[in-house]
Amino acid sequence: MASDIKNAETPVSENDEQVVKRADVEAVNKAEERSLYAPRKKIFPQRAKGKFRTIKWFMMLFTLGIYYITPWIRWDRGEGMPDQAVLIDIAGRRFYFFFIEIWPQEVYYVTGLMIMGGIALFLVTSTAGRMWCGYSCPQTIWTDLFIAVERFFEGDRNARIRLDKSSWSLDKITKRVLKHTVWIIIALLTGGAWVFYFSDAPTLFNQLIHNQASFDAYLWMGLLSTFTYVLGGIAREQVCTYMCPWPRIQAVMMDEETLAVMYRYDRGEPRGPHKKNESWDGRGDCVQCRQCVVVCPMGIDIRDGLQLECIQCSLCIDACNSVMEKIGRPQGLIAYDSLKNFERREKGEENRFRIVRPRTIIYSTILVLVGAIMLYTLLNRSMIDVNILRDRNPLFVQLASGDIRNGYTIKIMNKTTAEQKYIVEVSGINGITLRTEDADEFAADGSPIISVPRDKLRSLKLYVAIPRKELNDDSVDITIKVKQLGGDEEDVQTTTFKGPRT
Amino acid sequence: MSDLKKEIDDVSGVDTTGHEWDGIKELNTPMPRWWVYTFIVTCIWAFIYQFLYPSWPLITDYYEGYFAETNRDRLNDELDNVAQQRSVTLDKIRSMDLETIRNDNALNTFALAGGKAAFGDNCAPCHGTGAAGFTGYPNLNDDDWLWGGTLEDIYTTISFGIRSTHEETRVNDMPAFLRDELLTKSEIEDVVTYVQSLSDSTITATESGRILFADNCALCHGEDGKGLREFGAPNLTDAITLYVTDRDSMIDIVSNSRKGVMPTWSGRLDEATIKSLALYIHSLGGGE
Repeated sequence: MASDIKNAETPVSENDEQVVKRADVEAVNKAEERSLYAPRKKIFPQRAKGKFRTIKWFMMLFTLGIYYITPWIRWDRGEGMPDQAVLIDIAGRRFYFFFIEIWPQEVYYVTGLMIMGGIALFLVTSTAGRMWCGYSCPQTIWTDLFIAVERFFEGDRNARIRLDKSSWSLDKITKRVLKHTVWIIIALLTGGAWVFYFSDAPTLFNQLIHNQASFDAYLWMGLLSTFTYVLGGIAREQVCTYMCPWPRIQAVMMDEETLAVMYRYDRGEPRGPHKKNESWDGRGDCVQCRQCVVVCPMGIDIRDGLQLECIQCSLCIDACNSVMEKIGRPQGLIAYDSLKNFERREKGEENRFRIVRPRTIIYSTILVLVGAIMLYTLLNRSMIDVNILRDRNPLFVQLASGDIRNGYTIKIMNKTTAEQKYIVEVSGINGITLRTEDADEFAADGSPIISVPRDKLRSLKLYVAIPRKELNDDSVDITIKVKQLGGDEEDVQTTTFKGPRT
Repeated sequence: MSDLKKEIDDVSGVDTTGHEWDGIKELNTPMPRWWVYTFIVTCIWAFIYQFLYPSWPLITDYYEGYFAETNRDRLNDELDNVAQQRSVTLDKIRSMDLETIRNDNALNTFALAGGKAAFGDNCAPCHGTGAAGFTGYPNLNDDDWLWGGTLEDIYTTISFGIRSTHEETRVNDMPAFLRDELLTKSEIEDVVTYVQSLSDSTITATESGRILFADNCALCHGEDGKGLREFGAPNLTDAITLYVTDRDSMIDIVSNSRKGVMPTWSGRLDEATIKSLALYIHSLGGGE
């Protein structure tokens, strides 16, 4: 069967005097044979060693470190406030990020952050291709981790292929059980870490180990653990190839100057096995060892050119470079390169990496612009927010004196970290008066003073009356001013006042 | 797996089932394994489920299942629970006096929410959803009250009603001056002119109108026409009228009288609900 050839073990070739291992295999997911209607073929990526593999280990350590440590960072916000640096408090409707505290009304900050994230991704993609996919996407990180665990228990590529083909024995069962147990532990730790972002981490940790946490915590832990296990352990490359939209979208951000992991066919072809002391004249540097194929976690052959399946993890670069070293040829037969460089080499020009291009300039400009707007709004964020809602039923009330009265519900949000007193004043029409039952005290001129606890919202009912003779229209504008007592914060809003048709 | 039975299709590389029709062989493309396993699990689940929860209909009854639990029972339990929790607060409202409730922030909030709901259910058909009233049905938002706008007054009005069947009902009786032949048509016109002049300085009343008002109306509406709450007699000098304000309608009211009715709610509504309603209406902006 075809798949047998593809997943053949990779023996050291007999007739090759070089110490290069040669794999007589075809890529599992070879470009010419790709079919949408086909059962999945297993991929057993071989371990790669080299510069990029090291970078990827560090990236894994770094990103997983951020993920696991962040909820445990403390940040003092004063008495009675959560001291978790990053906390999404859904019940309390607050988002805490170090010194920033966001109310649900200010969700546009999160939107801005997401736009920035999106544009940054565009910029990186247009500059150096699928950096995100290859180095920092959670799918890549966790799949890498899961493959590392698999390799630890079941051995490298050949051993795994043998184990997969062997019939069930105690040895096979032991290895498989161990592997899946560790996978499940990793999955649980992943799902477990996620819930800490939504609740005080030490408290929740205590509740979790004493089995006292809320059902929601267990539900989310269960969901995320299941997804981690299924996506990272089992589905792996299928997620990138079939589920993720990003491989399809990113093509439009790339141009001929964009860096991507590429096989330099102009140097490698014609390919073929090479014997020691044989001349390199009239042939390419590719010795057909297929090490790039066996290390590929996506099961493709990079020599087929740019492919949607390629997540540009650079492991084939490492594999190829180590072979080039052994046979004494220059490194970089597979390397980060741009399409334009192929043309340049053909014309006898030097390789160039043009980072400044209209595309990158536009993405950078948008990024800086959005960032500047976000920073400006964040620095000028008001610590008071007032919502005014006019009564609609009844639209207005006529009083015994003939005055017209409107009712307003106003909500004062105190975003500061201390209790504040606010004075409420109305203006805009001669003889306008304000009455409320909810005032804590009154100023000298009779304006109500309302105290709002820190980080809280208080709602109060205002009755505003205007003498009939001052009302020139059935709808006039009035101004409601809420001013912090002994401070600068104030919120002035114009709202409508309705009266009878004249 | 015996390779003897297997026949691989050359084109697709997939096994055939061995079935052949007119030279066309059927490929063996089984359902995906995950689908099959999920299906098996659901079958097992369904089999177990029938013993755990209500499932089979019987002649007069149904099989209750091991847990004997239904969503309806659960809902009833939850409703009982809510009633249990509320009863503590409702007992407090029942036993405390209105002013004390109003000063207790938590209780007041609870009462206002309950009052608003009860108002929508019981009062809105006549007084409107926003309590703005209609012609003949008073606006409860304004600061003009026929029978008083304190919490106690409102509570009494709701409890016993106006011209209701309750023996303690609020009641008054304005004579139908023309129909009962107490005044003549022209005398009524004079009185109405006088009443209009009370709130409109452009109208000049006749001396006879003033005397007729003092003799016939002042007893209830007061010498100055400002009304008397003990009798539920409206203030005739302010901007608010229960009925229309044009001259013809006023003449009609003096001639034939008006007798609006508000039902008694004591006995129909729970004490706590009536108190909540009083607090709610008091909070609408006109409470005294």
